[in-house]
Amino acid sequence: MKPFTYERARSPAEAAAAAARTPGAKFIAGGTNLLDLMKLQIETPGHLIDVNGLALDKIEATAEGGLRIGALVRNTDLAADERVRRDYGVLSRALLAGASGQLRNKATTGGNLLQRTRCPYFYDTNQPCNKRQPGSGCAAIGGYSRQLAVIGSSEACIATHPGDMSIAMRALDAVVETVKPDGTARAIPIAEFHRLPGDTPQIETALEQGEFITAVVLPKPAGGTHIYRKVRDRASYAYALVSVAAIVQRDGTARVAIGGVAHKPWRVEAAEAEIPRGAKAAAAAIMAGARPTHDNAFKVTLVERTLGAVLAEARS
Amino acid sequence: MKFDTPATTNPIDQLKVVGQPLDRVDGPLKTSGTAPYAYERHDVVANQAYGYVVGAAIAKGRITGMALDAARAAPGVITIVTAETAGKLDKGKRNAATLFGGPEVEHYHQAVALVVAESFEQARAAAQLVQVDYAKAEGAYDLAAAKQAGVEPSEGSPDQKVGDFEAAFAAAPVQFDRTYTTPDQSHAMMEPHASIAAWEGDKVTVWTSNQMVDWATTDLAQTLGLPKEQVRIVSPYIGGGFGGKLFLRADTLLAALGARAAKRPVKVALTRPMMANNTTHRPATIQRIRFGAGRDGKLTAIAHESWSGNLPGGEPEDAIQQSRLLYAGANRLTGNRLATLDLPEGNAMRAPGETPGLMALEIAMDEMAEQLGLDPIEFRVRNDTQVDPANPDRPFSQRQLIECLRQGAERFGWDKRATKPGSRREGRWLVGIGVAAGFRNSMSMPSGARVRLDAAGVVTVETDMTDIGTGSYTIIAQTAAEMMGVGMDKVVVRLGDSSFPVSAGSGGQWGANSSTAGVYAACVKLREAVAQKLGFNSADTAFADGQVRAGNRSAPLGQAAGEGGLVAEDTIEYGDLAKQYQQSTFAGHFVEVAVDAATGEVRVRRMLAVCAAGRILNPKSARSQVIGAMTMGVGGALMEELAVDKRHGFFVNHDLATYEVPVHADIPHQEVVFLEEADATSSPMKAKGVGELGLCGVGAAVANAIHNATGLRVREYPITLDKLLDRLPDAA
Ligand SMILES: Cc1cc2nc3c(=O)[nH]c(=O)nc-3n(C[C@H](O)[C@H](O)[C@H](O)COP(=O)(O)OP(=O)(O)OC[C@H]3O[C@@H](n4cnc5c(N)ncnc54)[C@H](O)[C@@H]3O)c2cc1C
Ligand code: SF4
Repeated sequence: MKPFTYERARSPAEAAAAAARTPGAKFIAGGTNLLDLMKLQIETPGHLIDVNGLALDKIEATAEGGLRIGALVRNTDLAADERVRRDYGVLSRALLAGASGQLRNKATTGGNLLQRTRCPYFYDTNQPCNKRQPGSGCAAIGGYSRQLAVIGSSEACIATHPGDMSIAMRALDAVVETVKPDGTARAIPIAEFHRLPGDTPQIETALEQGEFITAVVLPKPAGGTHIYRKVRDRASYAYALVSVAAIVQRDGTARVAIGGVAHKPWRVEAAEAEIPRGAKAAAAAIMAGARPTHDNAFKVTLVERTLGAVLAEARS
Repeated sequence: MKFDTPATTNPIDQLKVVGQPLDRVDGPLKTSGTAPYAYERHDVVANQAYGYVVGAAIAKGRITGMALDAARAAPGVITIVTAETAGKLDKGKRNAATLFGGPEVEHYHQAVALVVAESFEQARAAAQLVQVDYAKAEGAYDLAAAKQAGVEPSEGSPDQKVGDFEAAFAAAPVQFDRTYTTPDQSHAMMEPHASIAAWEGDKVTVWTSNQMVDWATTDLAQTLGLPKEQVRIVSPYIGGGFGGKLFLRADTLLAALGARAAKRPVKVALTRPMMANNTTHRPATIQRIRFGAGRDGKLTAIAHESWSGNLPGGEPEDAIQQSRLLYAGANRLTGNRLATLDLPEGNAMRAPGETPGLMALEIAMDEMAEQLGLDPIEFRVRNDTQVDPANPDRPFSQRQLIECLRQGAERFGWDKRATKPGSRREGRWLVGIGVAAGFRNSMSMPSGARVRLDAAGVVTVETDMTDIGTGSYTIIAQTAAEMMGVGMDKVVVRLGDSSFPVSAGSGGQWGANSSTAGVYAACVKLREAVAQKLGFNSADTAFADGQVRAGNRSAPLGQAAGEGGLVAEDTIEYGDLAKQYQQSTFAGHFVEVAVDAATGEVRVRRMLAVCAAGRILNPKSARSQVIGAMTMGVGGALMEELAVDKRHGFFVNHDLATYEVPVHADIPHQEVVFLEEADATSSPMKAKGVGELGLCGVGAAVANAIHNATGLRVREYPITLDKLLDRLPDAA
């Protein structure tokens, strides 16, 4: 681990300003992702801005009938919140399907959105990786890619966004609220928050240098049946091979986001019209243009079958 | 003591202490986090510096240049050792690749430099600044491709031909011919390899985590070119090994080299991401199994051929071992072929040979039973043998395989198994049960111990035996307590130090039986010394309740020790009973699984092992060994696979986030039953081993349960959902 300096932020705007001011600075929240990456020298910040003291750990009702989740609300608290469990069950279930109890106690809402890929080559600094070292190449293409993306990938990178929480947020049409170094605030729809890799896989989100997440806003409850189904190799504890976040209404219409398949939570709104016609048609539309590797071609089938199981569960 | 005739009645048979389900004597240390593991031995020597290993970034080739200046100038750096600066190094007898590479690189993450600094973090940061240039060479990394060039290896089971397999197979009314694969697997033990080394003049002491203290001592001495007396290895607590710590590894050698260069004690631990490629692993296999049988379900022809790969000088994965012995059949063909691969070194992992061998053989038995229209248990019963099939004059010393299977069937509810695969459904789950035979040979190894009696009647046992989490401390204490007629509170056990008598060590499930037999031998001598000291006739002296009695005379045990104490030392050695009798252990493994009909996810619901493994020295620690092994079996069946990058020659998923092993939450219900046994040919303890038996056959039992649940056969481990998905019934 490279030596680094450390400060405690006193307000979101100050945190953002400090991050813009100090080259190589990073925020640290729960640290469950960042510290691991620092130990492996994959992230080498020269300065850490600890944001844990900021009072962003509340979940509040919004005027629009939704919820504003502070960026520092821990995953455990968010999953257990009565309103979340009642009105946004898909989010609660997605959180509980992720990581372990110990990690969820530390992990924050903001940090979870920004967790980095689990591509094994990204973790091995002997290997070329465009995400870790732009321009060095991608060792995963043509290599071991069982866990990696089947859709939306590029010639530069086939990694996935590995998270669970964000998949549910995508189905819920959440909005990420931020403050920039100059003190201005903005709201980024979750659909635009995570990016596809293109030829700059090192740029993973719409955040600008120093921009700080203050909250995630959920719109007013959409009703319906909320399901989060995570399929993995190890039942107890593993990243998703494929996950499905679904909000299914009585009339058979639904919103569906897919995890484990792309560099971002994968949702194709236009394809949702197919859902009443069944999982086969819907999955075909959602996954149109998929370009899996030899190792992960099964994920395309798995999406269809998991979606089928989810829709059947919603009906019953 | 030479053990060359079957044991008769001896003090162990009292079973007052031995055979009792006693708590582990080291339990409180472990559960309170106070057992001193190697890397935390801050107490043993002052001024420890930290070494960090730099691993090779290529699988095969040469180092053409190393730039060390930036690392040397980094904060806290004391010294950097490379093969060039380390001085002349030999290679330990049990290492295939050298432990310190350069200029030649033999495998990925082979150690090529050690950075020593004042703190761990400084050493790690500086290690990142070491710049190594390589000239990459072509290597062979794909077993399937290299297989054709495989040769009969000099190690492992030699080719065996009994009768005329080809003719019998050709003539058999029912034939079976299938190929199975098992992947490379990682030991993935909790505690990484770790060592602290300190020199005193030309003598080195290493506090480490090693299963075989004497092998480590010998091989470190040889590698450093020192007389063995100048090397001391101390390894009292080991956070798991599974065979990964049988040998001298890079942590120990590099700690010694680092300490010599830094002129102060140095500690080195391998980081988790280095473990898969820097250390050893269980090699992948490709196995072809052929059976010929009559319509009566009797096997007439059995062939089992296995291919594996290793570095030059490495050994094969002996996957055919059990097939020489497990089932009857007049015509037999077995053999290993070994190909050269430039992947990291393959070597022993828990039940080497039998684990992957039974993963294949016991699916094949299930398939053959189906083909014959027989119940899988009945098929195995029909082909049972009580003798070595290749040598009918050689009986098994004990063999209760049928009892294991029958009793297991009864307890597990085998009669409720759906005979039509894929026909039992519970909501979204397809449910099935499977069985497999478990088999593991029981080897005995010479083992020494020293016992000391003091005036307070306390018996102290010293042996270089190790406790790798298995319970050695406890069963050794039980043995000494039984022999000397004292309570467990009057026994002190000291293990894992090369200054103690050389023991069997922990491997090949020989540790429990062999090491306690060594303690038995030393205690026999101590009893004689006590009787003599007290002037008792040693033949009729009884040791009980801290007292020594002969006729109507009696004295407290401690009295014999006097002020100076009494010491006895002996080593158990074996005659040729293992040649006269085939000594093996047996199990029936039963598993129930549920398979998600939509996604193919497999969940294990229940497991049972019925074991016949000689006298069980401590049912509690034995059970704990078996349930741990069963858990490992589930890992092998469902998820464990070191993924090979066949372009660059390394295991890609080299951490515990990507190499998944089952945890408690993946294992719902396990039951273990030990059949009543005592094997007089094995040792005076009449015990065998269970630590590996518990794993042998589990993988196939899971696979067979999946077949019973779904009707699908998967012959390539691990059985991940993608191998089922396309063939599952149509989803909703
Ligand atoms: C063993 C293990 C298993 C896991 N399994 C799963 C799983 O199954 N599913 C899953 O979804 N996740 C899983 N995770 C990931 C886990 O969810 C993330 O590590 C966690 O959510 C990150 O939150 P954090 O607060 O600790 O982030 P940190 O590590 O503190 O930060 C992560 C990143 O976010 C940045 N950051 C943090 N807060 C802000 C902010 N407010 N504004 C701007 N930038 C910010 C940091 O600078 C850093 O780059 C696992 C993690 C581990 C270690
Ligand atoms: S897939 Fe992306 S993260 Fe993985 S090696 Fe390629 S560039 Fe790096």
